[in-house]
Amino acid sequence: MSTPTDAAPAQPGVRKAGEDLLTVTDLHVYYGNIAAVKGVSLSVKQGEIVTLIGSNGAGKSTTLRTISGLLRPRTGTVVFDGKSLVGIPGHKVVGHGICQSPEGRRIFPKMTVEENLELGAFLRNDKAGIAADKERVLDLFPRLKERIAQKAGTMSGGEQQMLAVGRALMGSPKLLLLDEPSMGLAPVLVDLIFDTIRTIRDQGTTVLVVEQNALAALRIGDYAYVLESGHLKQEGVARELLKDDSIVKAYLGG
Amino acid sequence: MTQTAIAASEVKPRRLPRETAVSALGLLLVAAVVVWVLYEAIKSPQEFASLIVAGAGNGALYALIALGYTMVYGIIELINFSHGDLFMLATVLSGIICVSLFNVDSFGFGAVGAVALALLISMAAAALVNVAAERVAYRRLRRAPKLAPLITAVGLSFMYQWFGQRQFMTGSAPKQWSTMFGDDGFNIGDVRVPYTTVTVIAITIPLLLLMVYIVQRTRAGKAMRAVAQDQDAARLMGIDVDRTITFVFALGGGLAGAAGLLYLQSVGTSNYNLGFRLGLIAFTAAVLGGIGNLQGAVLGGFLLGILSSLNDGMLLGQQWSMTVVFTVLILLMVFKPEGILGSPTTEKV
Repeated sequence: MSTPTDAAPAQPGVRKAGEDLLTVTDLHVYYGNIAAVKGVSLSVKQGEIVTLIGSNGAGKSTTLRTISGLLRPRTGTVVFDGKSLVGIPGHKVVGHGICQSPEGRRIFPKMTVEENLELGAFLRNDKAGIAADKERVLDLFPRLKERIAQKAGTMSGGEQQMLAVGRALMGSPKLLLLDEPSMGLAPVLVDLIFDTIRTIRDQGTTVLVVEQNALAALRIGDYAYVLESGHLKQEGVARELLKDDSIVKAYLGG
Repeated sequence: MTQTAIAASEVKPRRLPRETAVSALGLLLVAAVVVWVLYEAIKSPQEFASLIVAGAGNGALYALIALGYTMVYGIIELINFSHGDLFMLATVLSGIICVSLFNVDSFGFGAVGAVALALLISMAAAALVNVAAERVAYRRLRRAPKLAPLITAVGLSFMYQWFGQRQFMTGSAPKQWSTMFGDDGFNIGDVRVPYTTVTVIAITIPLLLLMVYIVQRTRAGKAMRAVAQDQDAARLMGIDVDRTITFVFALGGGLAGAAGLLYLQSVGTSNYNLGFRLGLIAFTAAVLGGIGNLQGAVLGGFLLGILSSLNDGMLLGQQWSMTVVFTVLILLMVFKPEGILGSPTTEKV
């Protein structure tokens, strides 16, 4: 066993005990007649970073988009905080406390950084809370503070990614969904983003992150699921998976 | 894995000599038009001023209709070809309310009340029809190839025209309606100002300001701008995309309804194919100003109104009106394809 760090569970190899914040059971999602997700079950516990890794087309983003209500599952259940989310339209899922930073960032390019952040809080009415969250986001990503009045589309990819994460945090989520936050970023920025994800978790927000960059994801994750062509291939404590031969071979270039 | 940087840099490519020549030519043309306008203005200032007044009245109507085109285009990139015909239906409905129901043929308290009522009903009805069209015809095509909703819009245009052609509407031949002011007006110096023009502008300007306010300052407007840029991302913010699009169709329809009543009161005729001509001019105005841009549509509307009025009175005469309008459009598209206030389209990665 390696030396335990602060991020490792108290007992190496064992998942943290606690209530499920999100439970996905036997999820099947189709695009037309093509199955993208074929029976995925996973859970996210309060205060965890759970990572969902797998190669292109494994069904990671589809799973996330289904949780966010952008897609409807053919069968299966999504239970969040004790309530079923299946059939709830995408724009209402946010109100339940799930905010997503989507794949490819999808910031609003013609709006300023500030307007983007304000849109993240679209459903909220508590002025004080919004101001506090804005403060929090700008503390997490000081770069955004410098760019606050700039049109988001003119920023670099890394800055746009920070904005996408920050915008999702503006919804004050109980569960933050991150889809490929490292996509297209320089390694130094990947480190920065993933360090920040850990900080976000430490501040009390539960995180479910989808990644192709398995190494970065497993390093910060508490628990991990491995998807392969729509099926769940493996799951386990993230640090343990880092040492797993088959994972190393398939995803870590070992 | 896509490694492409998405950031669209604002750096302009170095201009080629050819492009410089083209824009120089464009500027020269604009300068020629300005010189001609100034020359006419100095030669016969009184006639010039009355033409401007008349042009502003028409321009206000174009602007109202153009806004409906540009707002719908802005949010779902649909050129709603039935919009002009919706305006035509509103014109006929206004006529039925004002003339057939309340017999408005001169100015008075009763007449003002009837016209105001007609304005509200016409706006509400046009908004409702536009919303219904979106709900029934366009919504299910939202993820279809762009041509499908476009053809649907052309089809709706024919349906509206068929409905307008019914005998209880305007019929097959042009129909005359009495109006509140007729040709009455007042003089500022030597310049004749018809009351209808004043009415049109007095109703149009607040409506235009209201639209700009809604889009830029309200929560609904914020949702509209977000949906216009990225529907899925907007959904992830908690924005009800369907409702937002419905709202835009309601606003656009309402403006067409207002334009219908104002047209009826200022021109006093209706025709089932009226929407084709005016819709085309308004669409041109929207493109001229930069499609998707509210201020651009208003600017384009007034510009076309005043330009064609000047042409009718001083240049080539009314029979050349459409030629002049579209020559202006073609020239602008050559020199500034994004429109006067439009932003250049950048390909997203």
